[in-house]
Amino acid sequence: MDVEDIEIELFVRAMQRRHGYDFSNYAPASLKRRVQQLVRTHDAGTISELNRRLLHEEGFVTRIIEGLSVPVSEMFRDPPVFRALRDKVLPILASYPEINIWQAGCAHGQEVYSLAILLEEAGLYDRARIYATDFNDAALHVAAEGIYATRDARDWSRNYIEAGGLKSFSDYYSARYDFIKLDQRLRRNVTFFNHNLVTDEVFCEAHLILCRNVLIYFNNSLQDHTLALFRDSLVRGGFLCLGTRENIDFSPAAACFSDVDAPLRIYQASSASMARPLAR
Amino acid sequence: MTARTAIAMGCSAGGLAALQRVLPALDRRLAVPVVICCHTGSADVSLLVEILARVSALPVVEAAERAPADPGVVHVAPSGYHLLVEPNAHFSLSVDARVTYARPSIDVLFETAADAWQGGLVAVLMTGANSDGATGLKAVRHAGGYAIVQDPASAESDVMPRAGLDIAGADACLSLDHIAQRLNELCIP
Repeated sequence: MDVEDIEIELFVRAMQRRHGYDFSNYAPASLKRRVQQLVRTHDAGTISELNRRLLHEEGFVTRIIEGLSVPVSEMFRDPPVFRALRDKVLPILASYPEINIWQAGCAHGQEVYSLAILLEEAGLYDRARIYATDFNDAALHVAAEGIYATRDARDWSRNYIEAGGLKSFSDYYSARYDFIKLDQRLRRNVTFFNHNLVTDEVFCEAHLILCRNVLIYFNNSLQDHTLALFRDSLVRGGFLCLGTRENIDFSPAAACFSDVDAPLRIYQASSASMARPLAR
Repeated sequence: MTARTAIAMGCSAGGLAALQRVLPALDRRLAVPVVICCHTGSADVSLLVEILARVSALPVVEAAERAPADPGVVHVAPSGYHLLVEPNAHFSLSVDARVTYARPSIDVLFETAADAWQGGLVAVLMTGANSDGATGLKAVRHAGGYAIVQDPASAESDVMPRAGLDIAGADACLSLDHIAQRLNELCIP
């Protein structure tokens, strides 16, 4: 066996035993790349040195978590998805007196604000509540602040228009120096908090769950576990929106979802899900 | 000599033309997975898949997350995502940071494919105007895989093959026509 593979095993064990984070069901190839990246970031030389600091150095685990959960997102990422949410999903959600939305793995929050804008423009935001979760506290902090680099705003403005935006994207932020700050009114019905998809449970009854480009980092069994968690969190007929290249075909939970827009990975919890016992 | 078990190919600028030359010459009896990372810059890889499918003797598909790398099939990395080969020879995707300005990155594909297939892997680095793939090619050789670099003199853009030769060296440095021929020799027992 490759020495590095042994070191990764020890790393996963240290994270689990010492700090309670379970990475044992992450897809091995991408986990390995991220750990190798951490070795470079922290100038550790070897994964074993990383492990030593993880076991002995106070607070080091926080920096490891920041490195392992690489928050990558953008406003209105894959605009056709947000267009479909606007055209196909929100009109159905409009029939509920209260709308609960869970953005799982919200990273730096760009999609949370995108959703808030979508709801605002559909006239639904005042009865909506967005639960935005991540297991990375540093990312949650950035998400709550809603401050981003100006250089991204141009792309986001284009995304917003392609997603069918009704106004101008710049109506939703103020720009200063090299940063934009999203309108804090967009945050009024958002709750940011720490939730780990690997270990934490159902916490709400959701009408829409967005979890984009998170499952790709999990192995089959953890993907199955997470999809079951989503199934159990959704109301009958609730919607699930995944990343555009994520593949639920191999998962047993796929049977509980029907396609709303298969290429865009928007699904609806079918009534079959109600017949199954909650997976705990 | 035992036959190699998988092929990974990387290209960038000029890559479409190069692939249209190499794929038609691959033997249809080639019973190994072929995985391609080509920087297209486009948001949608389906056009590239379509163009390649038209000329290839082997079926060409977009590489799907969680799907196995099927033998005798050409898998193309989706745009906007890194394509990784897991140790069980299934694909996974990631949206981690760009590597050498690219996502998908050839380095990421080559390094993970080398881990998955070890000495069974043949990696091919072709035309391109950046250095993505060179580090990956080094990993392939380190794992006992066979490295082919397109002869820089014959490449539409020679930066990528030159970087490959500088950083990793190669087991063979060939023109496009000879690359297909060598792949057939290496992979058909």
